Amino acid sequence: MRHTLAVLVENNPGVLARVSSLFSRRGYNIDSLAVGRTDDPAVSRMTIVVEGDARVLEQVNKQLHKLVDIIKISDITADEFVDRELVLIKVNADPSIRGEVMQIADVFRARIVDLGQNTITLECTGNGGKVNAFEEAVKPYCIKELVRTGKIAMWRGAKYTGFPGSSNKTNKEDE
Amino acid sequence: MKKSGGNIIVDCLLAEGVDTIFGYPGGAALPIYDALFDSDIKHILTRHEQGAVHAADGYARASGKPGVCIATSGPGATNLVTGIANACMDSIPLVAFTGQVATSLLGKDSFQEADITGITLPITKHNYMVKDINELGDVIKEAFYIATTGRPGPVLVDIPKDVSSGYTEYEDTGPVYLPGYTPVLQPDSQQVSRVVRAIAEAERPVIYAGGGVISSGAYNELRELAEKTLIPVTTTLMGMGCFPGDHPLSLGMLGMHGSKYANYAVSESDLLVGVGVRFDDRVTGKLDTFAPNARIAHFDIDPAEIGKNVRVDYSINGDAKNTLRAVIDQLEKGSGKPWNGQIDRWKEDYPLEFEKNGSLKPQQVIREIYNVTKGQARIATEVGQHQMWAAHYYHYSRPRTFISSGGLGTMGYGFPASLGVQAACPGEAVFDIAGDGSFQMNTQELMTAVNYNLPVKIAILNNGYLGMVRQWQELFFDRRYSYTEIANPDFVKLAEAYGAVGMRITDSSGVRPALEQALEIDRPVVMDFIIEREENVYPMVPPGEAINNMLG
Repeated sequence: MRHTLAVLVENNPGVLARVSSLFSRRGYNIDSLAVGRTDDPAVSRMTIVVEGDARVLEQVNKQLHKLVDIIKISDITADEFVDRELVLIKVNADPSIRGEVMQIADVFRARIVDLGQNTITLECTGNGGKVNAFEEAVKPYCIKELVRTGKIAMWRGAKYTGFPGSSNKTNKEDE
Repeated sequence: MKKSGGNIIVDCLLAEGVDTIFGYPGGAALPIYDALFDSDIKHILTRHEQGAVHAADGYARASGKPGVCIATSGPGATNLVTGIANACMDSIPLVAFTGQVATSLLGKDSFQEADITGITLPITKHNYMVKDINELGDVIKEAFYIATTGRPGPVLVDIPKDVSSGYTEYEDTGPVYLPGYTPVLQPDSQQVSRVVRAIAEAERPVIYAGGGVISSGAYNELRELAEKTLIPVTTTLMGMGCFPGDHPLSLGMLGMHGSKYANYAVSESDLLVGVGVRFDDRVTGKLDTFAPNARIAHFDIDPAEIGKNVRVDYSINGDAKNTLRAVIDQLEKGSGKPWNGQIDRWKEDYPLEFEKNGSLKPQQVIREIYNVTKGQARIATEVGQHQMWAAHYYHYSRPRTFISSGGLGTMGYGFPASLGVQAACPGEAVFDIAGDGSFQMNTQELMTAVNYNLPVKIAILNNGYLGMVRQWQELFFDRRYSYTEIANPDFVKLAEAYGAVGMRITDSSGVRPALEQALEIDRPVVMDFIIEREENVYPMVPPGEAINNMLG
């Protein structure tokens, strides 16, 4: 089964290398990994999608916890959550077929972000399924370039992933 | 007052209570060494950085304090790698400092530049590169804190030359703040109650104890638990000395070269209580036939160890000492069971013995070392046949007296480690039990031993083979001894060239007198025991077999 982990990490150099090295040396499969800072500049958040049974997931969780820079791990798959991914796709589209491509984009509520002489660049946001479907839909137009951000995700409702020390630390630095 | 980076390092070391360090200077470490020159810290100059890191590791294992080593950038740092990996596998508290090229030269393939934080990332508990001198003090404090708490391990601190030579106002900023590092030390009381019930109900329980008992200082608690419940105790190689080897409840070591009675007991048990162990493949043999009838309880400070290799029925995450104390306090006093009788019969039927045919047997050397030292010596070993014999034929009655590379299996570990042991325990008898192959991997440290008068006794069990590999070739590769016969120097002359004492012992009657004489000499002594060449280590579980299926 696929699990989506929200991982809060200290924003130290090398933290991404520590996480990716752990996954490769212990043989865990990462489907995607997205990382960026949070509202606290000292803390970054990784969204890691990992494939494995319960036993593998338990090990992933525990081994990640052993990294000193990792503050908190939440398996957000365990509850209702919102997830999004963004894709940029550049396809061949000479003026004669632009209309078709733009119609498809419309269906997926994708946006046109650039127009070249014979190419068109589209941006689409959604959950993984929608992004996959969009990719399939534009495939016949010959994809010249494609980039996906990897999934980011968050719990629905009032539930959130944070840690008690984070605001303290910000205060300490503000003083 | 402003202080140099080098002086901040020295001040931090003193604040951590460090009195002895092992190292080797070089260009990028010059500012650190300049500060050490005026300090009260004793620095032991080894002859190779690998010697320094193993010595620091041995110092840590013998003393329980963190070991500290220093090397310069580039080759100095990469020469530490094996020793760091060794300490990581065996959970030894170690802080390694490396010089690094100046921050302006980083990433430019500068002279003697190596990405040592990248290289050691998977073999350290944590590592740092300090790019800002204002963070230096905090980082060192964190390094010692991380190395010594929770499950101990090595921490590397890489310090660019402009940081160690820079100046800043330095003040202690108080306790460390590490939101992502919170080891659990106290056991959960509900989990304790469940284990207590399981122990009370078990008919054929066995305790399987390892290095975690030693690092948490739980020797007395383990003994109390065993004696209160009359449960027999088997230990791992790393656990040697965590339970008295001559105790009636002791089963000795289990696993690939475990005693038959230990392996039979584990295989027949209905409850296996693992304390500070990690169910390593050399212990379990074929996993699906390991302790097939037993429910498994596992106490460990590292939650990631629980359920990693075997499925566990009862688990307690916490420090071994606290956990054992909590379990003992809830347990009723036990009485002997038919099971204890069965184990005594196995011990009678399958004793650990070797064939005495008048020739010089390696096992005899170990047994005589035990007799001559009355079991009170500290024994370091290299890796191979001699290491297994040292585990079989010397009974370790105290923790921190058996110093051996368990997880990584590092040949060349024992001799430099023994120097660290001797530095930590001056006045005690310290042996390095070695093979002729292993000893040659770090022979250069003979000069360190002589230089600092660390009067270690080196017992080389010399069979002219890489004996353990030869044994596998004999048993599993049709006696095709591919590159395992090894030519040796004259070890007696070698010792003398370095200023140590050399002896050669060629027959069994010479063993005891040589050992007695060596112990009288307050200098390093190399004893070259010419042993029977093709002696094998038995019992032995063939690789991939169940542990009750033993050869020999």
